[in-house]
Amino acid sequence: MSEVLRVAQTVRARVAGAGPDAVAEALHAEATRISERVVGGPGRSNRRGWDQRLDAALTSPLWGFPVMVAMFAGVFWLTIAGANVPSAMLGELLTVRGTAFLHHVFAAIGAPAWLTGVVVDGAWLATAWVISVMLPPMAIFFPLFTLLEDFGYLPRVAFNLDRAFRWAGAHGKQSLTMMMGYGCNAAGVTATRIIDSPRERLVAILTNNFAICNGRWPTLILVGTIFIGATAPAGWASVVAATSVAGTAMLGVLVTVLVSRVLSRTVLKGEASAFTLELPPYRPPQLLRTIGTSMIDRTLKVLWRAIVMAGPAGVVIWLISNVMVGDQSVAAWMVGGLDPLGKFIGLNGVILVAYIVAIPANEIVIPTILMLTLNLTKSGLAQRGVMLELDADQAKTVLTQLGGWNLLTGVNLMLFSLLHNPCSTALMTIWHETRSRRWTLWSAFMPLALAFIVCALVAIIWRAVS
Amino acid sequence: MSLNLKIAESEPRAPIALSCGGCASCGVGVFRRSGRLSAKADATVAVMGNPNVGKSTVFNGLTGLRQHVGNWPGKTVMRAEGAFRLGERLYRLIDLPGTYSLMSQSPDEEAARDYLLFGQPDVTVVVCDAGALERNLNLVLQVREVAGAMVLALNLMDEAERKGIRVDERALARDLGVPVVPMAARSGKGLAELANAIDGLSTGRLVCRPAVSARLDPEIEAAVVEIELALKAEFPDLPHVRWIALRLLEGDADLEREVTQGTLGRLGHPPEAAL
Amino acid sequence: MADETVRTLAEMQVGDCARVTAVRLDGSERRRLLDLGLVPGTRVECVLRSPLGDPYAYAFRGVQVALRRPQATMIEIGELARCP
Repeated sequence: MSEVLRVAQTVRARVAGAGPDAVAEALHAEATRISERVVGGPGRSNRRGWDQRLDAALTSPLWGFPVMVAMFAGVFWLTIAGANVPSAMLGELLTVRGTAFLHHVFAAIGAPAWLTGVVVDGAWLATAWVISVMLPPMAIFFPLFTLLEDFGYLPRVAFNLDRAFRWAGAHGKQSLTMMMGYGCNAAGVTATRIIDSPRERLVAILTNNFAICNGRWPTLILVGTIFIGATAPAGWASVVAATSVAGTAMLGVLVTVLVSRVLSRTVLKGEASAFTLELPPYRPPQLLRTIGTSMIDRTLKVLWRAIVMAGPAGVVIWLISNVMVGDQSVAAWMVGGLDPLGKFIGLNGVILVAYIVAIPANEIVIPTILMLTLNLTKSGLAQRGVMLELDADQAKTVLTQLGGWNLLTGVNLMLFSLLHNPCSTALMTIWHETRSRRWTLWSAFMPLALAFIVCALVAIIWRAVS
Repeated sequence: MSLNLKIAESEPRAPIALSCGGCASCGVGVFRRSGRLSAKADATVAVMGNPNVGKSTVFNGLTGLRQHVGNWPGKTVMRAEGAFRLGERLYRLIDLPGTYSLMSQSPDEEAARDYLLFGQPDVTVVVCDAGALERNLNLVLQVREVAGAMVLALNLMDEAERKGIRVDERALARDLGVPVVPMAARSGKGLAELANAIDGLSTGRLVCRPAVSARLDPEIEAAVVEIELALKAEFPDLPHVRWIALRLLEGDADLEREVTQGTLGRLGHPPEAAL
Repeated sequence: MADETVRTLAEMQVGDCARVTAVRLDGSERRRLLDLGLVPGTRVECVLRSPLGDPYAYAFRGVQVALRRPQATMIEIGELARCP
């Protein structure tokens, strides 16, 4: 043993009685002395006033959880209702006029059909769709969520949920990393560094996927609107849609807790370690500044990534739809091959192929599904210029009539979106953080397996009942 | 390039807490954000503070970098670097993870502590929440013992005002012997003064009063000295020997590990990596 | 004075005040609480209770911190009283 440590041990034993906290206590006493001299005014020791009243309300046995649910449902409702008009406008501008314009240009310069196809009908179309559908909701959701965050509400949510996490054998801070994951799973995984215990950190990483990241919101919102909201009476459609999305988010929390518990009892056995959670004072958020920075930081950044992924994905979609093997396109082969499995779990082949194409980024699932559906059925709508005015109603038409979707498909798609494997960015982040092939593979396949099992069960029960 | 400020003056001067914007008439310049570093810096500045005191806001304000800042403790997990210029001098800033004390034990708090001890920044900024000063002073006092040149950034003054809390910054500066800069970094207030204080400490224009260590029992004092001697024998160039000896007396597991591994005194993240 | 059972933080209800007499935790838990200022002699007020029953939040030295029940039972306090 090092001489230094030996000496330290010896002297420590010698002064053992003198109080191990002597230094800490002296420091705190000094800090108190100084602050008593220089700080004046009310509220020096403990806070009173409406901060505390607000806290009492937000964590009360009666109001705590309802307020939480209402808060998040409210955020989703504002996002859904507020994004409708801008999305339609952008859709008209980019996917209809933009595509038509590009077709003119390409025709004018005499470009070959395949080039026009790859660039305009593939890359451009997917990108245009992503922008028009993703940008408005993101531009509303992120600032709202950020305002909540800045306000200081999120630690209170962690405070409310902590007991559930303790029951699950998880660290209390996992509720914070989980919430971070609702923005972006890669960011949530990185945030798990605030958890010291490796075991609990892994649990947090493996379950972060069940926090629905931004890339999946548009999928849920669209499907929620088209299928779930549509089942409601007229004026209530938005509200029902928003509730279904919020409900899926809550389900994500439930799944996080349950899976954490299972992990803590099986492959990641161990006890919950200690933790302290600070509840910071409420801060009136600076509206304009927050909206500004969250726009740049989150909305544009995530949008940029979606665009970067969308272009190549569009190319892939066009290629698999137009490259022939035998008498069918590659896409048709893939869809046909996966269709039995898809139907079994209440989805279909198109959805499964779309999820394969969308491994780089969740944002492109819906555009891929729509484009594949249109390309495969070679419907009249799949003519250039006409197919692209896809607002929610028309998307619904495409999916139900051309794609053969029904309510089960919609519900299971929401479930699958919640549970399926993380995107490649998140997976790379997990690899970077864990440096473990084993756990990275777990984080990819465990959710996927769960998604398949849950969807299959729902499909089986649904069919048995109806 | 560390400046030994205790030798710079023959007698300590009272530190100056600037409350004006720092115009040409008092000879201090306006600072310019430099974002990412491209040239060699004149001095390195470490930015420390408790979690959730607006440290990253201060950092962003000085460097112009855009890290998002939320309102929950423990959010800064990555170490950010940036720079600003004042006059001819280029200052490199390191945003360290929030920590409640130098004796804490989570990995990113360890990183903050290790950087302060072994990275030896020229100037250390400790960002404090004016509305929670008592708690923040714990870290301030610890850093004070270890850092040569320190400035206290008294942030969130706007919130303190809202709560009706008043801080006498001149008395605080007198008590601690370091410059104190009141700030409301969210609105950009106090940033110029902070930049000037950093510049002042770095160039020797401002001086910190030498720190007085906490008084300890003679028995404990003797024990600390024994450990110090053993440390100096095994790690000849080690800085802050007394502080480390105190921690080893308390039984700090991480420092013990570093002693066993022989890595004591070496940094985990080399600061030069930024260039 | 003679036969007093040791009182701990876990017995406090919302609105109670007391002074800490000892912190019987170890390792990094202990370190974290000492750093936050929960040293012997500190005045503590119990301010919040989670809707699920645990944890409770305590205010001291200008902070509000949530502690779980097992931790709270390891922090000893002196006389318990309603806060003024």
